[in-house]
Amino acid sequence: MTMWRMIGVVGLVVASIARGDAAEIAPDQRRSGLSFMAPETQAMQSDDTANPAMLAVLDGEMLWKQKAGAANRACADCHGDATASMHGVAANYPAYDDLLARPVDLEQRINLCRVRHQQASPLADESRELNALGALVARQSRGTPIEAGGDVRLAPFVANGKGLFMRRQGQLNLACANCHDDNWDRRLAGSAITQAHPTGYPIYRLEWQGMGSLKRRLRSCMLGTRAAPYQADDPEMVELELYLMSRARGMSIEAPAVRP
Amino acid sequence: MASALINVPATAKHGDIVEIKTLMSHIMETGFRHTETGAVVPRNIITDFSCRYNGVEVFRAELFPAFSANPFLAFFTVATESGTLEFRWAGDNGFS
Repeated sequence: MTMWRMIGVVGLVVASIARGDAAEIAPDQRRSGLSFMAPETQAMQSDDTANPAMLAVLDGEMLWKQKAGAANRACADCHGDATASMHGVAANYPAYDDLLARPVDLEQRINLCRVRHQQASPLADESRELNALGALVARQSRGTPIEAGGDVRLAPFVANGKGLFMRRQGQLNLACANCHDDNWDRRLAGSAITQAHPTGYPIYRLEWQGMGSLKRRLRSCMLGTRAAPYQADDPEMVELELYLMSRARGMSIEAPAVRP
Repeated sequence: MASALINVPATAKHGDIVEIKTLMSHIMETGFRHTETGAVVPRNIITDFSCRYNGVEVFRAELFPAFSANPFLAFFTVATESGTLEFRWAGDNGFS
C-alpha cells in the first residue's frame, strides 16, 4: 500500500513539472468549440435544415408572436421583427441591468422582460420555451463578434468571474483553468477538452438529446469536477458566464450551435 | 407543438436524382427509462415515416426506440414530374 502511494506521489510531481502552469490563451490562439468537433458534427451545425437547434429557433419564432401575461402583449408587439431588432443583441450578454445594478444573462433578460413588460410569470430555467426564445435571439447574432464585458460597470463582475474560473473547487480540486487554459490541446477520456469559449449558446448537445443554455453546460462541468454546481440565479453563475464571454471577446457567434 | 425542417431542391431537371432531408422535432422517449421513484417513463416515439410524391409512396421507414431525439431522415428519389411531396410522421399517443 505504502509503496503504491509513493509511486503515485512521484508520478504527480513529475507531471506537474513537465506540464507547468500554462498562461491564459493568447488571442490569436483562441479556437471555437466548433473546430474541435468531428467533420460530421460540424456539417450538422452548418446546415440549417440538419441542425436540430433550428427546431428550437422555429419554436422561438412562434413564441415571439404569442401574447402573454396581464399586459396581453407579445415580444413582437414591442420589439417587432426579431431578425432586425435582435441583430447583434446576444453578443452583448451578460449585460448590466440598471434596476438590479448587476449583470443579467440572456435568459434572465427574457424573463425580466416577461415580468416587467408583459406582466407574466418568468419561464422556468432550461424550459423548452426559454431555450427556444434564447435560441431565436442568439440566432440573430450569428456572425457578429462577441462584445460582452465592455461596459465599465461590469469590470468588478468580470474580475469576480475570473476569480471563480481560476479557483480550485470540488472533490477533484480542479479549477476551470486547469483544463480550459492549461490543457485544451489534450483529450479527456477520448473527448477534446476545448478552450471553453461560449460562442454558440444556447446549444443543441447530442449527449443531452436537446437544448441547453450555457448555465446547463457549466453545471455539467461542475458536476464533472464533483463540485456543488451554482444555481441558475446565483450571482456566481452570471459572473462566470460574463467572464467566459469577455474572454471570448471578438470571436464570432455561431448560435445556435451543435456540440457532441 | 411539432415542427419540422424539410430540405428539398426547389427545381430539378427531369430524371435527376434529388436528395430529400427531413428533421422532425420529437423527444423519442424510449420507454426504457425510469424516474427517481422507479416509475417507468412511458414510451413516446415516432413509429412510422412515409413520403408520397404526387400521391405515390417513394419512401417509408419504421422507427424504433434506439432512434435519437429529433430524428433526421435523408433519402433519394428521381425527379419525374413537377408536383407535391407529402410527408407523414406517425407515432405513439396519436402523434401524426
